[in-house]
Amino acid sequence: MTLHGAVELRGITFRYDEHEVLRDVDLTLDEGELVLVSGRTGVGKSTLLGVVTGLVPRFTGGVLTGDVLVGGRSVVAQPPRERAHVVGYVGQDPLAGFVTDSVEEELAYGMEQLGTAPGTMRRRVEETLDLLGIADLRARDLRTLSGGQQQRVAIGAVLTTHPRVLVLDEPTSALDPTAAEDVLATITRLVHDLGLTVLLAEHRLERVVPFADRICLVTGDGGIRVDAPQPVLVDSPVAPPLVHLGRAVGWDPLPLTVRDARRRARSLPDLAAPPGVPAPGGAPLLAARGVTVVHGRHVAVRELDLTLSAGRVTVLMGRNGSGKSSLIWALQGTGKRRSGTVDVDGADPAALAPAERRTRVGLVPQTAADLLYLETVDEECAAADTGAEVAPGTCWALLDRLVPGVDRASHPRDLSEGQRLALALAIVLTARPPVVLLDEPTRGLDYAGKAELARIVAGLAADRHAVLLATHDVEFAAHVADEVVVMAEGEVVSSGPPRRVLAESPSFAPQVTKVLGDPWLTVEEVAAALGDTR
Amino acid sequence: MTGSALPRTGLPRDLHPLAWWSWAIGLATAASLTTNPLLLLLLMGSATVVVVARRSGHPFGRSFRLYAALAAATVVLRVVFRILFGGQEVGNVLLDLPEVPLPDWAAGIRLLGPITSEALLAGLYDGLRLAAIILCVGAANALANPKRLLASVPPALYEIGTALVVAVTIFPQLADSARRVRAAQALRGGTTTGVGRLRRFLVPVLEDALERSLALAAGMDTRGYGRSGGAATRERWLTGGLLLLALTGICVGTYAWLDPTAPRVLALPMLGAGVGVAVLGLVSAGRRVQRTRYRPDPWRAAELSTLAVGLVVAVLGWYVGHAQVVVAYPQVDVVPYLSPLALAVGVLGTLPAVATPVPASALAHREVTA
Repeated sequence: MTLHGAVELRGITFRYDEHEVLRDVDLTLDEGELVLVSGRTGVGKSTLLGVVTGLVPRFTGGVLTGDVLVGGRSVVAQPPRERAHVVGYVGQDPLAGFVTDSVEEELAYGMEQLGTAPGTMRRRVEETLDLLGIADLRARDLRTLSGGQQQRVAIGAVLTTHPRVLVLDEPTSALDPTAAEDVLATITRLVHDLGLTVLLAEHRLERVVPFADRICLVTGDGGIRVDAPQPVLVDSPVAPPLVHLGRAVGWDPLPLTVRDARRRARSLPDLAAPPGVPAPGGAPLLAARGVTVVHGRHVAVRELDLTLSAGRVTVLMGRNGSGKSSLIWALQGTGKRRSGTVDVDGADPAALAPAERRTRVGLVPQTAADLLYLETVDEECAAADTGAEVAPGTCWALLDRLVPGVDRASHPRDLSEGQRLALALAIVLTARPPVVLLDEPTRGLDYAGKAELARIVAGLAADRHAVLLATHDVEFAAHVADEVVVMAEGEVVSSGPPRRVLAESPSFAPQVTKVLGDPWLTVEEVAAALGDTR
Repeated sequence: MTGSALPRTGLPRDLHPLAWWSWAIGLATAASLTTNPLLLLLLMGSATVVVVARRSGHPFGRSFRLYAALAAATVVLRVVFRILFGGQEVGNVLLDLPEVPLPDWAAGIRLLGPITSEALLAGLYDGLRLAAIILCVGAANALANPKRLLASVPPALYEIGTALVVAVTIFPQLADSARRVRAAQALRGGTTTGVGRLRRFLVPVLEDALERSLALAAGMDTRGYGRSGGAATRERWLTGGLLLLALTGICVGTYAWLDPTAPRVLALPMLGAGVGVAVLGLVSAGRRVQRTRYRPDPWRAAELSTLAVGLVVAVLGWYVGHAQVVVAYPQVDVVPYLSPLALAVGVLGTLPAVATPVPASALAHREVTA
């Protein structure tokens, strides 16, 4: 063992103008260790990663002081390109970082830049293809790959240069649960087999905590806390449901894997099963029958039936590319459907003018920012009011109810991910549609953001809206859903109350269900039942 | 038939993109030097035959149909323009349309008027010539991945090559993001006319494009793009000086060549010297580049023969244009005919359809679709 770690940050301080993001941070990563960077949104997780890769401050502005050592050599003065042979970086959206257009060329790109000998290059590309299990994709166009495949190619593309450190920024945030597991299994294998040092930031702790050797918690006041997962998670503001369960029950040390927790759960007293929430049988607001959507030759949605009722939240799940977005756009009426009928309040939204359509079905698209185009929140709200021909102030009142305390003068791009989503939702709700569709609203939200969103969605249902939302996040689905619909290949494979649908599926079961079995979905239910028995 | 048997022309592989482009440029040169419709049709035919036989499996391989449509549209437009603006009294009048009187300020432009077969034929020949050139470029595009062509530029021009590749990649993404924003903006009410509408559309698209570009730049930078290596300041000065000198030489040479009053010593000799220095500069710049190429396309006999075919077609086409003017530029009042040499020009271009290996990407594509 050498004296210094693979990566050392010494006295790192980083600030924009007045705002100090990191203050006097020291962090040492050992050889072959996986360190998880966690913390609330906007506390500086990406900044910490950027300091290691060199993208901070070169791509972000700001002032950086302190020293960064990789393998005992100071690299703080070097731009990212001069660190490329020791630090590998994979960003949030792998597709945005691809330079070439086929898998094989992408894997070779980094080595070409470093001037690796052709023979070595050829060998390493083959080795990497095998290592990541993507050999059958070698000639494929990068744009035609699924999200999980793209993420693995992006990791492979930095691995070919044999870096000592791999830096990953939210590698699984856009992936469905199964693809996320694939990617994480790959990363773990690299850590175990190659002794690679991995620094990884991730929102969805439930996915990564079992693999982490240590957790680096960015506290938000400029400091960090680095320790083994258990001690950090005892009072971390962000924690997976498993840890919340452990805290509620009072387990010490906290369980980190479902297996641990299951063993502990045997000692729990018998709990009264949670009251099955009586389904509030609302009036059906949207009825879709035999909806089929075709893109070219690809059948995205196949003869699907769906009913959305007032006051009910329906959650749409399924792997990437299973037709969730196509269905949502077809229900709204903007997306072309090939056959089938959609009926909202006696009319087919596809046959209506856009203005009429908006008053019946509201949709918040996957990238909520696509809806926004003005300089301040106030202007956006005013434009929404005139657009929907309602009294001035309607949109602002809606937004204030959804998320209190948004600065009216701030630029929509400066809002947090959750606030921006709420603004888009408020704009859509200004037209007073009885049916609200949300496409992947949980993307980029941390636990607090998701809790906020869950509250908003419950509020919509209480106002007798019919809500349909697509998400990969099983924990979020367990919290908000009255009904879950799972899609595959454009068809419904299972649907019904979450207690049945989520518990049935091994990949969609939330952590609490995995530990305690069938009737339990959320930590809150367990805590309530515990309170009853005590 | 044995499906697994490999063609005689060697193992399947993609031909060097430069070979395809030089072949296509050769054919296009020959096409630009004639208005003989028979010869032009032959040239277009040979380009099409080669494309059908050796098209690559890349998305670009499917673009040929687009170029064919463009070529057809060019011919039609050319003829329509002759009808609209090309009325003339002289010649064999097919249809005596009245001329639309135009005000004085439009003097020199004729709208409609008698249509003669001469005018129509001239338009047709002219259109065919343009169509043949378009089809040749389309053939090159369908046969060789333009990105690989840009990637095989000399090392000194590598940075520019990459910038061009990225630009080519950005366009489909921009179209995607435009489609997405258009759909999203329909979800909210508000201004749908004039500047307001344009703003609603442009602001999110541009923001998206900017974010993507930054992400790409970050991705490229972290993967070593633009590493300086160990270039000494003196070497940089040498390279810069050589390239500047070359540029001056080429500029002066071109000017003198085009201006007959300039001293002849400044013309072709100067141009040649400029090109020579440019090559030196590129070599010097390339030497300090530490980059390597992964599986570069080899340059073998098949590439050489394809290049030769292009060259021969171009030279013969030029010869026909000079020595057999009647064949190359037929009068519109006689039936055009071909000399044996012109026939050779038209047919020679099909040679690569059999003389080159089958592209590997096309084979892979066929297996997938089979």
